[in-house]
Amino acid sequence: MALAGSKNFSVLPGFGPSLGYTLVYLSLIVLIPIAAVILKTLEMDWASFWSTVSSPRIVATYKLSFGAALLAAAINSVFGLVLAWALVRYSFPGKKIVDALIDLPFALPTAVAGIALTAIYAPNGWLGRLLEPLGIKIAFTPVGVLIALVFIGLPFIVRTVQPILEDIEIELEEAAASLGANRGQTFWYVVLPMLWPALLTGFALAFARGVGEYGSVIFIAGNIPMVSEITPLMIITKLEQYDVNGATAIAVVMLVFSFILLLIINALQAYTAKKTGRSF
Amino acid sequence: MTGAIYAEDLIPEVKPSAVITNGTRFENNRATRESTWVKYTVLTIGLAFFTLFLLVPLVAVFYEALRQGMDVYWEALIEPDAVAALKLTLLTAAISLPINLVFGVTAAWAIAKFDFRGKQILLTLIDLPFSISPVVVGLMYLLLFGSSSWLGRWFIDHDITIVFAVPGIVLATIFITFPFIARELIPLMQAQGREEEEAAVVLGAKGWQVFWYITLPNIKWGLLYGVILCNARAMGEFGAVSVVSGHIRGMTNTLPLHVEILYNEYQFSAAFAVASLLAILAVFTLVIKTAVEYQHEKKQGK
Amino acid sequence: MSIEVKKLNKKFGDFTALDDISLDFKPGELVALLGPSGCGKTTLLRIIAGLEQSDSGNVILEGEDASDTHVRERQVGFVFQHYALFKHMTVFDNIAFGLRMRPKKTRPTEKQIHEKVMSLLKLVQLDWLANRFPAQLSGGQRQRIALARALAVEPRVLLLDEPFGALDAKVRKELRRWLRKLHEELHVTSIFVTHDQEEALEVADRVVLMNQGRVEQVGTPEEVYNRPATPFVYSFLGSVNLFNGRTEQNRILIGENSFQHEHSLDAGADVFAFARPHEIKIVTDMNADGLAAKVDRILSFGSSNRVELDDLKTGQLYEVSVTTEELAALQLKPGQQVRLTPAHLEVFQSAD
Repeated sequence: MALAGSKNFSVLPGFGPSLGYTLVYLSLIVLIPIAAVILKTLEMDWASFWSTVSSPRIVATYKLSFGAALLAAAINSVFGLVLAWALVRYSFPGKKIVDALIDLPFALPTAVAGIALTAIYAPNGWLGRLLEPLGIKIAFTPVGVLIALVFIGLPFIVRTVQPILEDIEIELEEAAASLGANRGQTFWYVVLPMLWPALLTGFALAFARGVGEYGSVIFIAGNIPMVSEITPLMIITKLEQYDVNGATAIAVVMLVFSFILLLIINALQAYTAKKTGRSF
Repeated sequence: MTGAIYAEDLIPEVKPSAVITNGTRFENNRATRESTWVKYTVLTIGLAFFTLFLLVPLVAVFYEALRQGMDVYWEALIEPDAVAALKLTLLTAAISLPINLVFGVTAAWAIAKFDFRGKQILLTLIDLPFSISPVVVGLMYLLLFGSSSWLGRWFIDHDITIVFAVPGIVLATIFITFPFIARELIPLMQAQGREEEEAAVVLGAKGWQVFWYITLPNIKWGLLYGVILCNARAMGEFGAVSVVSGHIRGMTNTLPLHVEILYNEYQFSAAFAVASLLAILAVFTLVIKTAVEYQHEKKQGK
Repeated sequence: MSIEVKKLNKKFGDFTALDDISLDFKPGELVALLGPSGCGKTTLLRIIAGLEQSDSGNVILEGEDASDTHVRERQVGFVFQHYALFKHMTVFDNIAFGLRMRPKKTRPTEKQIHEKVMSLLKLVQLDWLANRFPAQLSGGQRQRIALARALAVEPRVLLLDEPFGALDAKVRKELRRWLRKLHEELHVTSIFVTHDQEEALEVADRVVLMNQGRVEQVGTPEEVYNRPATPFVYSFLGSVNLFNGRTEQNRILIGENSFQHEHSLDAGADVFAFARPHEIKIVTDMNADGLAAKVDRILSFGSSNRVELDDLKTGQLYEVSVTTEELAALQLKPGQQVRLTPAHLEVFQSAD
């Protein structure tokens, strides 16, 4: 029966201590440091806060960080779906290895990814050398930032879409086929609508990660003011100038953005869980 | 008892999964099979993207590392600053892993095995470190323990350095890797439900016995994966550690920071040599992950 | 051991799972808790076991109030709906678990445990499976292992949650008979939860019928089947035909027909009446008394023959069972108009 298990009673041991420990530890490690930022912000006056976060150089970094993260998430949504489809629906040699390596951006330190991508796309790099004569520059331009964020974001899409794709009952597509739909129609009208929540969740996760990403981006970005600087770099720059207030102001902007996105992601996941009965 | 013979004891079970030999269940089904050109177009696009964005960078690390020969490679690894960075990286992981392991298991136990109000909020808070930029994390600890806060001043007065020292690096790493194990275990333990634990309690098992004999054997693979993933991130964290470390060579440099310093000094081969250590760690992580998933599938398939 | 529950109440949020339940279970009895899903039967079982706590009321085991006794100390055997076998342990280790969890002082030696487990495996006739893992067993085998595991700790009470729910029809039948035999042999007070009326009536000494958190009727299978106490029990147990009508003096008016009744009912009240399929007679003479109906289908296989008919006026479906001889004598054809006369009617007054 679905209703088994009461709100306040359980025969299993250790509820009080485990929840208590969880809350204390969460407060110490996560909540108090966040509070430190907020307290610091309250010490600042509004005018200097605003002049910091709205200065042209900082605003240019928002445009790049948010724009590139959005675009990268969009690119990944398309190609991540294609990859997830290939992994779930087809068998091909080396599938196991491809499947395992999808998570590489999760496991590879971002600094390593950063210098590797730079080595590939720099004007004298593996691919950069081929693109240079064509007038295409990737490293040390906003395109380089985009490339790094595509690398970082890919597993988010694949790993949220893949399990949903695996769980789709084959009967649904059989039913569509028996009703006369071709594969294209079945995909468009039956399969894709079921994937939307997962795609959106993956998109939001990749986007959130992209905006905050630092390690993999700074090497390939070239960090040219007003052109290829990202927002997290500005915090570092301010700190190097001993402008703690300025760094904090920018950090607050990013924190607020993180919270909003986290709420959206949570709502999306709750929606998906409700619709599909699975949890992440 | 009677000597009745039960039909089900005599009939061997046929497992339908054994019937499928090649191709996926989708390819073997006429209703879900796509035409060959669709299949190969999807495969070509997908794998090209995969190669360009994942495979080539991984290969590039090792290629660049070994480009100037084994001697240069080896030289870069045994250089004292590199060894110091390796030691600090291992130390950081060795401290933050057990701490987050205990937290992960505890939090997963509370969340997966009990119902309480505010559970969703708690889950959201546990996810928080995932969505905060590592640089912001570093700054948070800088503000909390730096000389401008009363807490920081208290530590300074007592000759305890946190920021620009090892404790700061460890704390930032703990924050960054905070959700990994909990997030791996919570869905796993939720999916397993409470019946087995309840059965153990009915049969007389107490407190730790329930966890030790029933829960732990069921989650050990997921736990291993969570630990490996947490470890990879702990050893590889760059942004947050970069802010709190102060980049003191041989003192507060972790491997990723050492890579950055070498790279900025145009010692590319040395930078890639150190980076290749971290890349090996990443590949190792993925191998374990695949093994864990294989174990899981084998269990499910039975 | 005797079990008594007194005035149990349990709510989950707005949902009332148990509404003032009081019941008595005699020592050595095999009782079925029967009802539709969501009726509170599983909650009641879990409260008796101590897996759940009631909002108010008491559970009394052998005359002692056990409401605050932990499930560990209640000495109950509980068989979970999906068996809850420990996946990572062999069949042997599963059954031995309860004995091995005992404190050192009361724990049997490994040799004693081995003997006990093997004797239990013989009891459930699966001693050849001792070293298998649960995943390698069929559903019915898992069920028997779960039972052996529960019996290993020599429980004073055996509680089973939908013991046959997850099995296919043939295995279910076999296990039903087996559980009945096992109970006769062990004579442990046993309560099982089921939503399958056939299962409850066939296996149990007594049946507790529950609906919406309340007990509708308690009695032997014969009592609850032949003398249902409430409309719910009537419609839940076995096939039944329902007639809507109203009272008029000492007759009940149903459509154009009326039937005599001996019940004490308000005059002019809306009533509904039940008749089992075998309690209705088909009359081919259209001038006779009775409800006019049209034969829809005649299903005759095995020893039972069923005739399905539609009410000529309302289209309501009726079901009548007739013997093969009667069917031959009636010579019914689909589409034929006949009259129905109930030989026995159970009448209930509408609540409002």
